[in-house]
Amino acid sequence: MIDLFIRSVFAENLVLSFFLGVCTFLAVSKRLETAVGLGIALIVVQTITVPLNFLIFAYLLKPDTWAALGLGAIDLTFLNLIAFIGVIAAMVQILEMVLDRFVPALYRALGIYLPLITVNCAILGGSLFMVERGYDFNESVVFGFGSGVGWALAIMGLAAIRERLNYADIPQGLRGLGMAFIITGLLSMGFTAFAGVGA
Amino acid sequence: MKAMRTLYGPIIDNNPVTLQILGICSALAVTTSLATATIMSVALTAVLLAGSVVISLIRRHIPNSIRLIVQITIIASLVIVTDQIIQAYVFEMSQRLSIFVGLIVTNCLVLGRAEAFAMHNPPGSSALDALGNGLGYSLILLIVGFLRELFGAGTLYGHTVFVTVHDGGWFVPLHLMLLAPSAFFILGLLIWIIRAVRPAQVELAEFEIATEKEGAAR
Repeated sequence: MIDLFIRSVFAENLVLSFFLGVCTFLAVSKRLETAVGLGIALIVVQTITVPLNFLIFAYLLKPDTWAALGLGAIDLTFLNLIAFIGVIAAMVQILEMVLDRFVPALYRALGIYLPLITVNCAILGGSLFMVERGYDFNESVVFGFGSGVGWALAIMGLAAIRERLNYADIPQGLRGLGMAFIITGLLSMGFTAFAGVGA
Repeated sequence: MKAMRTLYGPIIDNNPVTLQILGICSALAVTTSLATATIMSVALTAVLLAGSVVISLIRRHIPNSIRLIVQITIIASLVIVTDQIIQAYVFEMSQRLSIFVGLIVTNCLVLGRAEAFAMHNPPGSSALDALGNGLGYSLILLIVGFLRELFGAGTLYGHTVFVTVHDGGWFVPLHLMLLAPSAFFILGLLIWIIRAVRPAQVELAEFEIATEKEGAAR
């Protein structure tokens, strides 16, 4: 379990080794505060949706349940994309309402980033990896939390570095996006170095 | 003339990947070899084209408040069809692409074009816009895939181009090219090249740093 956690945070970091959620990663990493907000939102959503999608996949889409109900073996696994994206969108919406009602301070802090998470590849990618690698329920909780933490860690690191980069004298064409890519590459090399820790 | 601009504009001048930062998410992971990059490009262009045309056809009937859900559902259905076709005809390739075909659903490029262009334009020009953006995306994917496969393994589409030291040749493969960081480096440098040629794309600094003299005067 700890192995899986460390692996999903460092060596198999969603953004740095699988490129999931790079769009948001680059667009929202100009300020450290917003990066922290988005990072936290992503950890929360990822920890909830991956196990939830596991339950849906295992008990609704796989043929076993339908066979047990006497309806014959109906294999609905091809519907997983639509089911997952629906769950994610609904989950984000519910989370938004719950936070607004009970923890308004956090709701205001997350602001626009919560709805943005619906179309973040990292969330859908996490659920699809869960299916592909055949995790069980406990593993999917750990994997969801770990991969969320890894993503948050990476975006906070990049945002902190980019804030400092404002004072650097970068060649014209490389300014902004170009430099962000190079830094991400370096971060990615750093994270790969942790590959030995988990295994 | 306008149609030409809609088609060719996104390929270099307004490239979805290097300028609009759309759709990089799933793009980079499949570029370790040229073959996977090609399949991914074709799949994405097909989904983008079909999605844009369909959404554009029914754009007057989609209620504004639920348009995102409608768009996502259409795109997800098209992606499922594409995924099934790839699994049926090139199964080995679908194993290597793993989850990334499915991730076309959340590819910001597809939803971005649907929302920004197809919702407001007739099917004809939407198709051109989708094709242009698809080609722009494919171009970047193929360049990155070409460089990574050539320098990482000395092959192109699996055919040997540089004979590696391992097989008695002269070429020492750069293993970094097959790892994740190289994709970021290549894309960063690619953006640098494009912006060196087209200075109009350079991002302005958020603020100027004062020189020593100005700082002292304050």
